[in-house]
Amino acid sequence: MCVAVPGKIIEINGNKAKVDIMKNVCDVNIALVNVKLGDYVLIHAGCVIDVLEKETAEEILDIFADLEEDAF
Amino acid sequence: MRTLQQVVEELKNYDGEPIKIMEVCGTHTSSIFKNGIRTLISPKIELISGPGCPVCVTSSAYIDHVVEFAMGENCCVLTFGDMMKVKGSKASLTEAVAMGANVKVLYSPLDAIKMAVENPGISFVFAAVGFETTTPIYAILIDEITKNNIKNLKIMTSLKTIIPALSYICENEDKIDAFLCPGHVSVIIGCGVYRQLAEKYNKPFVVGGFEGEHILAAIYEIVHQIQTKQHQMKNMYSNAVTEEGNTKALAMIDQYFESGDDYWRGIGIIEDSALRLKPEYAAFDAGSNFAATVETPPPGCRCTDVILGRIHPIDCPLFSKVCNPLNAIGPCMVSTEGVCGIWYKNRQS
Repeated sequence: MCVAVPGKIIEINGNKAKVDIMKNVCDVNIALVNVKLGDYVLIHAGCVIDVLEKETAEEILDIFADLEEDAF
Repeated sequence: MRTLQQVVEELKNYDGEPIKIMEVCGTHTSSIFKNGIRTLISPKIELISGPGCPVCVTSSAYIDHVVEFAMGENCCVLTFGDMMKVKGSKASLTEAVAMGANVKVLYSPLDAIKMAVENPGISFVFAAVGFETTTPIYAILIDEITKNNIKNLKIMTSLKTIIPALSYICENEDKIDAFLCPGHVSVIIGCGVYRQLAEKYNKPFVVGGFEGEHILAAIYEIVHQIQTKQHQMKNMYSNAVTEEGNTKALAMIDQYFESGDDYWRGIGIIEDSALRLKPEYAAFDAGSNFAATVETPPPGCRCTDVILGRIHPIDCPLFSKVCNPLNAIGPCMVSTEGVCGIWYKNRQS
């Protein structure tokens, strides 16, 4: 439920942005953070909730890659 | 500075007093399995899972109200996929759909805006469940409903806060020695809030990341604190979690929500553990107060003992025999973030 995934901001339009999440482009809301193009961010339920260092984003992505392999 | 190998060796060779560490985050529980953490540490260090899944602690009375609304004419319930299999006293949302109910699963609560605008003849309710990670997003949803003057979309809340739950466990379960604090909830609420708990209950509260080495480092910190008779909050996930949390998100929560008592399935009523819409936003509330609920678990189900860290899921007589993800008897088996669901998935390890 509280799962959040990292992504990279590739376009900003007001309180909305496009993010690259594991090569998928998704629309997200950025009202809860201050972000700029190229920032790595943490996304939960369609909203950016945190700005991350690139290394932190990649570490979290590694976990999701592992979890994906093990999906039911 | 210690290397990871030294940390693992010291944790593996630990031979002091038994230590029980509770994690309260489904992603931590999954990562502990994924990285084989239990095989890397001494059997005297026991890792147990607490109430880390908001779906699992949602009352069946709440599910009943959501199902009842979904069965109504020209009504539609919007929700996250995790909620579909949670049983009410009569039916889950999945079963309600089979009986003709209108339920849609959304990726984000904010997607509800488009649905409401495109379908003005339908009354929508978003089943708003979650911890502090998700609550600010419902605040944005109310903001958007107001800005867009939408009249056919409300929320029914079962929003819970983690600090009162941790306090409840500290007050009522004396066998937990330390806590591995939740990661993404802490992104919102910050790590400073755990300091008071550490001081009040004389237990270490450590915020850790999700990688195997992050969790090992957090366990090492906890063991070190206990051995040196310390009880502090320590933030070991400072790349993502700050002292004060996401202040914008907290301001949004404060604007729209206020705290109240709430019922946690498997636990009971915990004071000030709910976030409900303030009276001035009652127009957006589809009826959310279930604080007076009292429920008993299904016969044989030991979810209460699992959530409170008294037993592991494998100690429940129903686990994997009659209770599994396709036939979840207890709430902890329902969600992929639920303790029993995670243990079932990893039962071979």
